[in-house]
Amino acid sequence: MSKLVGQRMKRKEDPKLITGNATYLDDLKIPNLLHAYILRSPHPHANIKSIHKDKALAHPGVVAVYTGKDLEGKINPVPTSWKVPGMNLIETAQYPLAIDTARYVGDGVAMVIASDRYAAEDAAELVEVEYEVLPSISNQKEARKEGAPQIYDEVPNNTAFTYIAGEVTDADIDGAEVVIRGNYSTQRVAPSPMETRNSLAQYNPGNGELKLYVGSQNPHIHRMVLSEVLDFPEHRLQVKVADMGGGFGGKIGVYPDEALVSYAAIDLKRPVKWVETRNEHFQSANAGRDMMVDVELAGTKDGKITAIRVVNHANIGAYLATFGPGNPTIDFGLMVSGPYKIPKAQVTTYGMYTNTMSVDSYRGAGKPEVTFMLERAVSDFAKEIGMDPVEVRKLNFAQKEEFPFTNAQGLVYDSGDYDKALDRAVEIADYEKLRQEQKMALGEGRYIGIGISSYVELSGFGPSAVAGGIGFQGGIWENSTVRVHPTGKVTVFTGTSPHGQGHDTTFTQIVADKLGIPYEDINFVFNDTKAVSMGWGTYGSRSLAVGGNAVALSTDKVIEKGRIVAAHLLQSEVENVAFEKGVYFVKSDPTMRKTFQEIAKAANFAWDMPEGIEPGLEEKTFFDPSNFTYPFGTHIVVVEVDPETGHVEILRYISVDDSGKIVNPLVAEGQILGAVAQGVGQALWEEIKYDEKGQLQTGSFMDYTMPKARFFPKIEMDFTETLSPVNQLGSKGVAESGVTGSIAATANAVMDALAPFNVENISIPLTPEKVWRAIQKGEGKQ
Amino acid sequence: MIPAKFDYKRAKTVEEAVQLLKDSDGEGTILAGGHSLLPLLKFRITEPGLLVDISKIEGLKGARIEEDRLVVGALTTHYDVSKDELILDKIPALAKAASVIGDLQIRNRGTIGGNLAHGDPVADYPAVAIALDASLKVVSEDGEEDIPLEGFVLGPLITSIPETGMVTEVSFELPPAHAKQTYVKFFHPATAYPVVGVAVIAGVDENNEIDFIRVGITGVGDVAYRAEEVEDALEGQTPSAELIDEAAQLAAEDGDMGEDLFASEEYREHLTKVFVKRALKEVLL
Amino acid sequence: MSNLVNVTVTINGEERSAEVEPRMLLVHFIRDVLGITGSHIGCDTSQCGNCTILVDGRAAKSCTLLAVHVDGSELITVEGLGTVENLHPVQRGFWEEHGLQCGYCTPGAMIASIELLAQNPTPTDEEIREGLEGVICRCTGYEFIVNAVRRASEIMREENAVKGVK
Repeated sequence: MSKLVGQRMKRKEDPKLITGNATYLDDLKIPNLLHAYILRSPHPHANIKSIHKDKALAHPGVVAVYTGKDLEGKINPVPTSWKVPGMNLIETAQYPLAIDTARYVGDGVAMVIASDRYAAEDAAELVEVEYEVLPSISNQKEARKEGAPQIYDEVPNNTAFTYIAGEVTDADIDGAEVVIRGNYSTQRVAPSPMETRNSLAQYNPGNGELKLYVGSQNPHIHRMVLSEVLDFPEHRLQVKVADMGGGFGGKIGVYPDEALVSYAAIDLKRPVKWVETRNEHFQSANAGRDMMVDVELAGTKDGKITAIRVVNHANIGAYLATFGPGNPTIDFGLMVSGPYKIPKAQVTTYGMYTNTMSVDSYRGAGKPEVTFMLERAVSDFAKEIGMDPVEVRKLNFAQKEEFPFTNAQGLVYDSGDYDKALDRAVEIADYEKLRQEQKMALGEGRYIGIGISSYVELSGFGPSAVAGGIGFQGGIWENSTVRVHPTGKVTVFTGTSPHGQGHDTTFTQIVADKLGIPYEDINFVFNDTKAVSMGWGTYGSRSLAVGGNAVALSTDKVIEKGRIVAAHLLQSEVENVAFEKGVYFVKSDPTMRKTFQEIAKAANFAWDMPEGIEPGLEEKTFFDPSNFTYPFGTHIVVVEVDPETGHVEILRYISVDDSGKIVNPLVAEGQILGAVAQGVGQALWEEIKYDEKGQLQTGSFMDYTMPKARFFPKIEMDFTETLSPVNQLGSKGVAESGVTGSIAATANAVMDALAPFNVENISIPLTPEKVWRAIQKGEGKQ
Repeated sequence: MIPAKFDYKRAKTVEEAVQLLKDSDGEGTILAGGHSLLPLLKFRITEPGLLVDISKIEGLKGARIEEDRLVVGALTTHYDVSKDELILDKIPALAKAASVIGDLQIRNRGTIGGNLAHGDPVADYPAVAIALDASLKVVSEDGEEDIPLEGFVLGPLITSIPETGMVTEVSFELPPAHAKQTYVKFFHPATAYPVVGVAVIAGVDENNEIDFIRVGITGVGDVAYRAEEVEDALEGQTPSAELIDEAAQLAAEDGDMGEDLFASEEYREHLTKVFVKRALKEVLL
Repeated sequence: MSNLVNVTVTINGEERSAEVEPRMLLVHFIRDVLGITGSHIGCDTSQCGNCTILVDGRAAKSCTLLAVHVDGSELITVEGLGTVENLHPVQRGFWEEHGLQCGYCTPGAMIASIELLAQNPTPTDEEIREGLEGVICRCTGYEFIVNAVRRASEIMREENAVKGVK
């Protein structure tokens, strides 16, 4: 029956993208367009004494210059959208332009609007800002100490929130046979989509409509939040996303910048565009991770893990980002026991304001961080008790017959077979042989390391009642409409927001299979709040598991309505009419038939409809899943460390992931590969650095290392398939699996390679100098 | 990331370029491939009043032998340096250095003259150039002069080029025919710049004693340098792993190590020794 | 005040000309002045190669050139490679092997790949990875780009046709 689902179909999106026919935001050709340049604070913390804008205003081509004071009372602060009950959140006001005080390098202080981008940048140099520099701090642990520079008067010890999940007593830890104590922190990184952030606003004074193009993973969230920020009626605000060059979480957030551009377009009654530079992206795009994590993992000598207690100092930056408070508390805090049957777990999270850019979701959003912590600790536990890291994992895994499995924090995992994925990875790696080869290599003075990481992550958020329970300021269902035109061609509307993930292709595979019509006869509409009634966007690996299933359900409804129309026209009973391969027919007499196209025409013309059935063939679904889905897997990494330079070379990379039912293996593999590169990047190279006061040190790709092709070997990739019971397709998320599995696997491999040197735990990224220094220190101790 | 305003003139001859520089009253800067200059303009680190485009001047490309030196035209691109048969034959280390600059797009546009004239501390060529007593032919209002690279670069992006001067050629001492050569580098992962780049050109005589040894080092500090202490330790000796290990320990003696986010001074010093050792072993063992 | 200068180029086979400020970057000239927007800006500092085009048949980063610099040159951007009906082998390779996701780096990545294959028509995977040094892609992890370039090499050999590169 199923023809396209499961096939490696080439993507529908690509012909446009490979021939230069795509339209990204900066490609839009809009007449009379003005360009915005946002002048940003060069200081981590400073009072704004004065701003003189006369010289800038006099510059040729300049139309307007706005300061925070100019906008005071005209634009509301940009709020956070995740307020977890019980965290005692102290919200502070993030004004689109700083009014009195700038709180991080990159905080907007003025906006110049000019006829072209050259004039705007020239004029920005002429804006004179007088600052009074204030004490400042970038490190979240230091920020919590007495006497640390205070970022807000109303936030004692810079602590935005404290959240405790679960309970582990001192006795649980101190009474254990073995306790692993360590700091397994995940450093701050930049999501770095190749297309930076941007926005373009057009206001029509004639009808009061504002059309905002913005680099967004969730245009409906942007519409909802911006209507509040701008005090602009939601029904007159249209948010559109042009073709978008990646997001990775960095374009979830609603930022000051799009509010500013919207305001200027309304104020000046001319379209205004702003495009972030890469340097600006490092200053003012939400960063990812930055969690300082201290762990106590307790267990028995024979390998059973009995308790885990974690303190997480999460840097949330100078202002709360859209999802900022949720990632360290919910995604991290509730997943702390991972795939293991750990009876007791506790996570205490301190959300810390610092003089740095805000931290929000970055691919995985809390799950890579928690998995890194857990899998580093579990490997160190294995080492401590002299057990193989594979064996320790298998000993503690939740077993497949135990699903649905309730973890230590009360989350219910939908389905899983953790042993199967691990066994497959071990098989591909030829693990026993690898260990022998590692020993032989050491004899030749070569330092090979084998790292393993097993994970489970939560994806496809749902149901919405849970969203409410965890303080997520929105729903987490997904919407779809399947519209059948009179010719039998189909337009599908989805509330997910693809920007590289290939929904157009994978969702079409689902619909084409169900309707039995040609793949080419299906078109998708998304990323436009005027065309799509509502939706919650693309993040958290939710699009297929929630949005794809919403599309499947609407398609089913279309088929059922078509069946009623067909039964009427075929003078049969509805239950006697079958639908296969695009044809309705009477079961007892298959020659009595109507094609889907004939029914489409009949329903749309409505000359002869059954009693009580409305004309048209269009169905809508709001799919609110009954639970999250929980993808899982195991990654094994083999590295060689050059002890003279500290350089790490990846020799082999094995990934086995389980995403439930896979619709398009080519697309799923692409998701794994991209995410693995980001995770390995986090483990080995990437890091946003601030000095202790919050001065940004990594402002471009010259000092922030983006992974490149030559850093990687071919990835040896496989999937296991454990269906999810919570949706029709049986699918789970896939986009964040690669990054969740890869960070600890890579770091564990490096630590394994360094075992002969007796090195201490090294913080990631494991850059050559750090590795070299660890070796020096380790050898010195021998 | 947009340059400040400047005027632009294209020169058809070297003389015209010099005249344009002279007429600019110190405001002029030479534009060749632009791959050293453009990044500085975009960051507004430098804001010249006039760019004198020399990229279309004829006769400044390619390599030739002139007496005992290899001469390379200033406008020869890195790609052409890496593929030039004469260079590959006479100074393969130079071709190798050219082949690992940046990436293939950069190698297509960047020029050897522009690269050396800028005094960029993280360039690859200077290791080979300093090892082989390179000199730059500079034409200015005062005429033509050969300026040795040693001493030409005063600091990062600071050189002693005359205000009205432009580099037209770069020449290198021809190593003896029996010398072997290499260029090795530790890539900066983000930029592919050399964190350390080492050129070694060395030969042994019929008695298996080192009779020619040049070690040039780039990337580690503000200015490329010759590791003369290493050379002295090897000159006249019979190559062995032990000898090289010892000599390589002297690799940092003649240079000043720099420091940045990626590598501390101490680590650079260490890497310098490691890469000098590796280059020496490749050539001598 | 700086003078305006005339820049005339042949781009994708068509002669175009405009008066521009000398400081105008080539990428802005192509995108904003000529309105040919397939080439993108990803980094500003000459690492990412998303702006790569062919200048007189050779790959170059258009963000690190001035428009005046290439006056009189022949330029080819992604729009000049192949049409949907008649794709260039590199375009076919990228499509068949899923060498792109968001597509933003793809025009530059494909043109860098054309240069790579012109210099080395039958590269090993390792040579492809080294040749992609000037391409930053955040989506793919590069493996399927490597496959795409390898596939393009096969197609080129099959077709024995390399266009756009000297």
